[in-house]
Amino acid sequence: MLSFIIRRTIVMVLTLIAVSIVAFAIIQLPPGDYLTSYIASLSATGDQVDPRVIENLRNQYGLGQPFYIQYFKWITGVVQGNFGHSFEWKRPVWELIWGRLGNSVMVEGLAVLVMWLIALPIGIYAAVRKYSLGDYLATIAGFIGLAVPNFFFALILMYLAYVWFGTTMGGLFSPEFETARWSLPRLWDFFTHAWAPVLVLATSGTAELIRILRANLLDELKKPYVTTARAKGLPEWKVILKYPVRLALNPLVSTIGWLLPALVSGSVIVSVVMNLPTAGPMLLRSLTTQDMYLAGAIILLLSVLTVVGTLISDILLAWIDPRIRYGSK
Amino acid sequence: MTQPILRIEDLSISFSSPDEADIEAVRQVDLTLTPGKTLALVGESGCGKSVTARAVLRLLDANARIPHGRILFQPEGSEPTDIARLKPDSLALRAIRGNQIAMIFQEPMSSLSPVHTIGDQIDEMVLIHERVNRKQARARTVALLDQVGIPGAKERADAYPFELSGGLRQRAMIAMALACTPRLLIADEPTTALDVTTQAQILDLLRQLQADFGMAMLFITHDLGVVAEIADEVAVMYLGDVVEQGNVFDVFRAPQHPYTQALMNSIPKMARKADRVRLNPIKGTVPAPKDRPEGCAFTSRCPHAFGPCASERPARTVVGEGHHARCHLLTRQTEEALA
Repeated sequence: MLSFIIRRTIVMVLTLIAVSIVAFAIIQLPPGDYLTSYIASLSATGDQVDPRVIENLRNQYGLGQPFYIQYFKWITGVVQGNFGHSFEWKRPVWELIWGRLGNSVMVEGLAVLVMWLIALPIGIYAAVRKYSLGDYLATIAGFIGLAVPNFFFALILMYLAYVWFGTTMGGLFSPEFETARWSLPRLWDFFTHAWAPVLVLATSGTAELIRILRANLLDELKKPYVTTARAKGLPEWKVILKYPVRLALNPLVSTIGWLLPALVSGSVIVSVVMNLPTAGPMLLRSLTTQDMYLAGAIILLLSVLTVVGTLISDILLAWIDPRIRYGSK
Repeated sequence: MTQPILRIEDLSISFSSPDEADIEAVRQVDLTLTPGKTLALVGESGCGKSVTARAVLRLLDANARIPHGRILFQPEGSEPTDIARLKPDSLALRAIRGNQIAMIFQEPMSSLSPVHTIGDQIDEMVLIHERVNRKQARARTVALLDQVGIPGAKERADAYPFELSGGLRQRAMIAMALACTPRLLIADEPTTALDVTTQAQILDLLRQLQADFGMAMLFITHDLGVVAEIADEVAVMYLGDVVEQGNVFDVFRAPQHPYTQALMNSIPKMARKADRVRLNPIKGTVPAPKDRPEGCAFTSRCPHAFGPCASERPARTVVGEGHHARCHLLTRQTEEALA
């Protein structure tokens, strides 16, 4: 088990290095750099810029240098915990993103939790009572959940909240708590705001999870070991929970890892619609303005999330499934 | 004579499906099992022998029904229970499952959970039915694994099924079935998935354990060689009917039903080249249950079929001590003898 984790960790670090190179390269791909778009926006407002000032700036940031030197400068900074300076915000990148990334992880982590809490019992019920009324209802609700785009669902929710309760939904905190320290009232405020985006983000995932769980469980329920368990004299609910459900969960556990990053990138539109201070909208903005250090940092951190998530689900999977644990010798 | 522990009387099992008429997989089964004896239930694939065995523990799928018949289970010194009338998930039935009647299945790989250790799965059996703690249960498990001939029982208890060979897995399965010293052991083709050498070892083991525990055994197989090896009594099934039941020597020496006779003729015999004769296969194929003749199921393939065969079900005729068969030929002969 230990060697398994060590090997996976080494692979993880190598993957991260590769990802950082690719991420940096992609950010550099569009023609021009931040200064080009800066000049463009200045000229658009009619301002004149002295070419020498621009040239100075370019040298200062090392924007004229070849790709690998820029990358090397950036990555050595990152390793030391210095993510660089955002051109647009004129502030250190780290200061900008850590709060937003924290919000992202919190909202999306909650969404994952809600997904599993809802999908698990419904999926099991739908499989065990196949073709029952409840199964059909779960299927219909599931398809609707899958088919309705998240942002649309968010709009509907906001509309209904306004029409019925006269409240405007949006953001994650009330203004008075925006910059406050964490405390019980702030946590409460967070939950009163966060339930809607969490619900919106969880719908399609829940529907998908129910479908997968139901299909997996239907396969497992037919296996002979289920009959063996019944023949032992176990009560039916224990038979189901201890044996087939346990095995049907294995493939799902392996997906926990990429659930988080998928949610972060998938939540951009929802975040824009619901005005959430999460990482998604900031990433979008930084990419359009070619704010390369900011974009690079967010992408890098997202990939860290992905890779760490995958490592965690690998370890989880090896932990719950001995066939993987021992097969890896 | 000892009192039978399980009597199946006129049992029928049918399966319903949403887009077809009901299929009566088992039409007419009478079986009697006595403690310390082994009854082998033989028949071709699809004749209903596994379904019958599963019905005894009510392990059939939700679409199966038992329209008529009784499954009377009577352990020594207690009142008989009709298992056919119990609810599948009832307390009464769960107290019988595993504890009084245990079952061994055909495929030792897929019949054990791949993600639980052998020991856990056997412990569980003990923990369900007896008031013991985990430690005592594990001690029993190790003793059982030792008894079924698994070397290094203590370490093997912590092994997962995929770490054991097919033979060892089936031994573990047997240990699990015997964990609560059941009165009746149902073995559903326990050796079919194993190679011949292992098969012989498992049969020896089962015979040995039966002598030790004194339980009755219902042994399902399609292999007449295995029957001769292990059975005291044999019941022959054809398309949902038990056509003949009797002492294994009587049935093998003097089969009374044309189907049994045909089966015996289809066993290849060792002979010198000059003495060899062609095997005599049974003509035709097994009809689907929906095309089964109303009378004797074997009518469509029987070389002796006559008048009443296709329409009337033959009665259970006694042809020797504890030897019954269902065939119109037998009643005709007695009628002729009387006349």
